[in-house]
Formats: sequence, C-alpha cells, structure tokens
Amino acid sequence: MSAAWALFRRDVLLSVRIGGGFGLGIGFFVLVAVLLPLGVGRDLVLLERLAPGLIWLGAALAALLSLDHLFQADLEDGALDQFFLSQTPIEALLLAKVAAHWATTGLPLVFAAPVLALLLNLEAGNWPALMASLAVGTPALSLIGGAAAALTAGLRRGGMLLSLLTLPLYVPTLIFGAAAAAGGIAAPELLLLGGVSLVALVVAPVAAALALRLYVS
Amino acid sequence: MFGYANPERFWRLSSLLMPWVWGATAILFAIGLYAALVASPDDYQQGATVRIMYVHVPAMWMSLGAYAFIAVASFVSLIWRHVLADVAAKAAAPIGATFTALGLLTGSIWGKPMWGAWWAWDARLTSVLVLFFLYLGYMAMWAAIEDRTRAARAAAILALVGAINLPIIRFSVEWWNTLHQGASVLRAGGSALHASFLYPLLIMGLAYLFLFGALLLVRIRTEILSQRVLADQRRRAANEQLTSPIESEA
Repeated sequence: MSAAWALFRRDVLLSVRIGGGFGLGIGFFVLVAVLLPLGVGRDLVLLERLAPGLIWLGAALAALLSLDHLFQADLEDGALDQFFLSQTPIEALLLAKVAAHWATTGLPLVFAAPVLALLLNLEAGNWPALMASLAVGTPALSLIGGAAAALTAGLRRGGMLLSLLTLPLYVPTLIFGAAAAAGGIAAPELLLLGGVSLVALVVAPVAAALALRLYVS
Repeated sequence: MFGYANPERFWRLSSLLMPWVWGATAILFAIGLYAALVASPDDYQQGATVRIMYVHVPAMWMSLGAYAFIAVASFVSLIWRHVLADVAAKAAAPIGATFTALGLLTGSIWGKPMWGAWWAWDARLTSVLVLFFLYLGYMAMWAAIEDRTRAARAAAILALVGAINLPIIRFSVEWWNTLHQGASVLRAGGSALHASFLYPLLIMGLAYLFLFGALLLVRIRTEILSQRVLADQRRRAANEQLTSPIESEA
C-alpha cells in the first residue's frame, strides 16, 4: 500500500510543480464560464438556468484535457514496466494515479465552482448542491477517463481518439451531475451520481490494467 | 465453438453456408417488403407513414444486437484468445454502425410528420446516438493501433467497458427525458401491435437478421483472406532479405 501512496504523492507533486496540469485546468474551467455570456448574451435569468449544466460540461472537458498525458510519461521512461513488476497489485497503483489526477483536476474544481456560480448568477443557496455534485461526480470523470487514457497510452496522436472514446461514456455522469447540481443538496440525483462513481471505481482500474498491459513489453 | 477457431475449417463451413444465408435473406426481404409495404393496412392515425416502422424497428433491433454480438465476441477473444472471435467482432462493427445510422435516419424521417421535428432530444433517440458514437469509437480504436493483436485486445476491452456502460447510459437518459413511445412488441400482457402489423414486422426482423449474418460472413472471410495476403507478403519479404546480402556483395 505504501507504494500506491508514494505514487499518489509523486503524481500530485509532479502536476503541482511542473506546469501544464494543475492551474491550467482551473483556468480552462473559468474561461469556459467567461465565454458563455459572450456567446449567449448577458441575460442573467438565462445564465442562471444554464449555469449547472455549463459548469458540469466545463468540468468534463477540463478532466479530458489533462487525461492525454496521464500514462504517457510513465510509459516512455519505463516506470510503467516497474509498476507491473511491483508486488503491489497493478490495479491499486493505477487507482493511485487516477486518484492523483482527480486530486489535481477534479478536487480544485469543487472549490473553483463558487466563482463560476458567481459569474453566472447562480444563487448562493445553490452552491452547496453544486459543490457536492462536483465532489461526488468528478471522481467518475477521472476514473472513466483514466481507463480510456490507458487504452490510448501508447498511441502517437491519441488525443482525438481519447475524446471520442471518453465523451460517450461521460453521458450518465453529466446527466446526473447537472441534475444534482440543480436539484438541491438532498436530491436523489446525488445518490445516482454516487452510484456512477462507485461503478467506475470498480470497473475502471481493472480495465486500465488490462489495457496498459498491451503497451508494456 | 473452439473447433472453428481454425480459419481453415471456418472457411470451408462458411463456403457451404453462404449461398443458403444469402438465399434466405433475399426470400425474407421479398416476403417482408411485400407484406410491409403493400399488403399491410394503413394505420388509422399515422396513415402510410406507419410503413417506415418496418424498416426502422428491425434496424434498431440489429443495432443493439450487433453491439451485443461484439461484446460477447470480445469477451471470448479476451478470455480464450479465440482467433476468429476478434475477427468476428471487428467485422460486425461497421455493419452494426450502419444499422444504427439507418435507424436514426428512418426515425428522423418518421419523426418529421409525426412529431413535427426531425430530431427531438428524447431518451431513446439520445441513447441510440450515444450508441452510434460507441460504434465509431470502437472502429477508431481498431484503426488506431497498427499491431493486429494489440488492436484486437484494446478494442475488446473498449467494447466490454462500453457494454457495461450501455445500460447505465440507457437508464440515465431515460430518467432524463422520455417522449418516445414505450416498448410495444415485447411487454407483459402481450404485444400492443395488431397482428396485421406484427407479422410483417417480425418477417422484416428475420430478414435483417439474415442480412446481418450474410454480411458478417462476407466480412469475416475478407478479413481471413487479407490476413493470408499479409502473411504471404511477409514471408516473401523475409525470403528476399535472406538472399539480398549475397546479391549486394556480387
């Protein structure tokens, strides 16, 4: 288990200290919200109605952006081969990597969400529901995306394929996420969203391990 | 099942089957199309538009059926490394995608006079559209990896993840919105379709099934042939490499 913890720590440190992951995801997330009024007009009532869905869409796209490089560096420098040789189950190690991805992309969005909510005229009373939905749902984004990233890890230009594979699988998360964000803190959608995350938690590490085995020698 | 992992045996069996499957397809389509487009009555509400159903509903059945086939074949290929299972899964994907596209298209043509719009964000339409993208992703996965064995395994994993997700997607979308009519052929308490509509529909369903089988056989046989050609080319290239150093010295 200490190997998984070390891997988690390493990945978090890497993405916080090396540019290209941590801050950029939040920047992208906020920019999406800034661009929306420029596209649809500054009608505050309309913006408030669009806000939960748009924030969730932004979260899904922000997760997708950073997934491309989730396994690439480890594959290129041979660290991935070491994961497979390790005594710790490969699924646990991959789960640690995905958890690190979530901690640096999904978790910050939970705390960035009120800023967006402010920009989009979402009432303060709805913020807890929005933040809860992001906290419960973004792990599913990282997990599902992680499995897809594993499938495309060894490909030269895997980015486009990764979006084509991932976005259809994001449909349930997006539906329940946006509904939970709009539905209030005790909405049943939040439970369904939790269910989606739990299914992803079970399936994704196994699928990712199977997929990465293809790319290690 | 495992006896036919040998492409040679499969080739011989499928050569015998092919004319029969194509013949059955032709006969079923002849009967089905006549029954559906000429012999069956107009619907009292929809008029002749109801005939679109005979093309639309079986296409949707086959679209789901083909994905289920791909999922099962992928499972077999992943667990037992069955040689023909991944070939079959790969061969089924474009056929299934075409059925899905046909279903979406005919549904849209039916929707315009009936609902007054080419497209509605209704639960079934949306989940079929997502299924279409799953098909595209599956085919793109095959195309993206050059090494055949790797491509087969990656595509198989993707197909299974998609198969696990499909019911969840279906449920979530259904929960999200429902405008499309509910199931009417198979449901508790008997079919809601009158026999004069039901029988042409079932014959058309069989016709589509046989068409799927025939196209699948053709595509699997093509794949086997193309693999043979590839293997042959490699063998020749290897032989040339063996002889070429002597030539270059001379």
